[in-house]
Amino acid sequence: MNPRAAYLLAALGALLLVLPFVADSYLISLATLILYLAYTGQAWNLMMGFAGQLSLGHALYLGVGAYGAAALYHHFGIGPWAGMWLAIALCVSLAASLGFLAFRYGISGVYFTLLTIAFAEFARIGFDHFNWVGGSGGLFLKVAQRDQIDIFNLRGTPVMFYYVMLALAAGAFALCAWCLQSRPGYYWRAIRENEEAAEALGIDALRWKMLAIVSSAAMTALAGVFWAFYYNNLFPEQIFSIGRSIEIILGPIIGGIGTLAGPILGAALLTLIADGATELVAALGWDVPGVKQLIYGIILFAVVVFLPQGIWPALARKLNLSK
Amino acid sequence: MSALLRLHNVSKSFRGLSAVTSVSLAVEPGAIVALIGPNGAGKTTLFNLVAGALRPDSGEIHFNGARIDGLRPDQVCGAGIGRTFQIVKPFAGLSVLDNVVVGALKRATGVAEAKRHGANIIAQLGLRPKGDWPASALTLPDQKRLEVARALATRPKLLLLDEVMAGLRPTECDEMVALFREINRREGLTILLVEHVMRAIMALAHSVLVLHHGEVIAQDAPAQVVRNPSVLDCYLGEDTEL
Repeated sequence: MNPRAAYLLAALGALLLVLPFVADSYLISLATLILYLAYTGQAWNLMMGFAGQLSLGHALYLGVGAYGAAALYHHFGIGPWAGMWLAIALCVSLAASLGFLAFRYGISGVYFTLLTIAFAEFARIGFDHFNWVGGSGGLFLKVAQRDQIDIFNLRGTPVMFYYVMLALAAGAFALCAWCLQSRPGYYWRAIRENEEAAEALGIDALRWKMLAIVSSAAMTALAGVFWAFYYNNLFPEQIFSIGRSIEIILGPIIGGIGTLAGPILGAALLTLIADGATELVAALGWDVPGVKQLIYGIILFAVVVFLPQGIWPALARKLNLSK
Repeated sequence: MSALLRLHNVSKSFRGLSAVTSVSLAVEPGAIVALIGPNGAGKTTLFNLVAGALRPDSGEIHFNGARIDGLRPDQVCGAGIGRTFQIVKPFAGLSVLDNVVVGALKRATGVAEAKRHGANIIAQLGLRPKGDWPASALTLPDQKRLEVARALATRPKLLLLDEVMAGLRPTECDEMVALFREINRREGLTILLVEHVMRAIMALAHSVLVLHHGEVIAQDAPAQVVRNPSVLDCYLGEDTEL
């Protein structure tokens, strides 16, 4: 990494660490949302940006992860630190089945993407009728006192959730940075660029694509666990919706697919601009429902037309950050 | 079985159209063998059969004492066969060096070692000044060199070259020939090449196999093959100048 980029990263890290001491609760909730989107974007980007496998069904892992941990807590009082292993195990098995089905039998490109959507839709419909976890009526976790931190059950103040999400986002960033510089990163990118050539160079494409989808799913499962304990309510129609999947991928697409900083930059830009616009509209007294989605659409359109590589590669060149 | 590569009665057809018919051949360790023949003779099919991209309908392929037909391409690479593609397949978004590093990782314990090895290889191919370029920015001759560099980086015992001289200028072609002779002499690398550029074949090959309609019709030293009447008839033509 070039020294300027390292300084910038350190400064960002320091800022995020001290943010709760200077920010009000509104800003903290906004920052938590940004970190959540940066984290899920990073997880999706590992699969799409690195290994070239487009998933439009990441809500599947988010939802199953969330329901897995929440159900354990709701029914048996088992906390999320144990529940997250169930969440990961469930999502890894789902991703492994989906991946094996697709990669082993040559379902690739757009058909693979359709399969990811189908899996998420199956889950949505299935959970609608899964009454043990509330069915379409939703699953609700007991809301404990918001001012007492119980880190073992992930009950506590917004600041606690902020730091949990920060740790997850930082961990995902470090993991992806490590991947890019080591064997998985080289192999994934080779498969992304040309699978046949990658195989001729000794890469077992099936195995490495499986690793990509399974890692991405496991990471997203953790975001689901966080979601469940942060929001305390789960509805199949919300958490498994295609809109949820698209929300996950917008950040990396706008920030820069396949880059490390892209998902973070994209998440921040989208959230801040959409939120600013919502505030502005409210302040002006206009009634524009769905203004957030409208803004997302405009930003996405502009980026796809003017900066198809995403904002980060162009910004990095401007700031002289790429080596 | 002293041959490094041995094909025994290998056949492959596509929807009833026979591409390779009962081909048997042997490549000795350290040899440079050229495979020639008119378009559609089955040369690239034969390569794909050896490289594991295609599975033969019948027959056996042995490499280095082990049977390799039916293995996946990555397993064939692991066994020690490196290949290039006639239609180049660079990792377009990666740098030239990273393209080669991917290949070098096959036998390297880590990325640092693979980078050192990769840097040596691209220097041999004259690509060092362009190491940081995205592979998509290379000219076609350079992309052909990159194909060779990547395949060499996997440290093969046998290198399959599919028309890597095509499109090169005569001087570039001579450089490439010199490089292969050098690697063959220094490391004993065995080479099987499909080529139309007779200039390269005459300078490089120890022996030449002629394929026509999926069958081997001649196998001889280059100087003899170009006088073989049936080869002249089906491929080279009467007034071939060499």
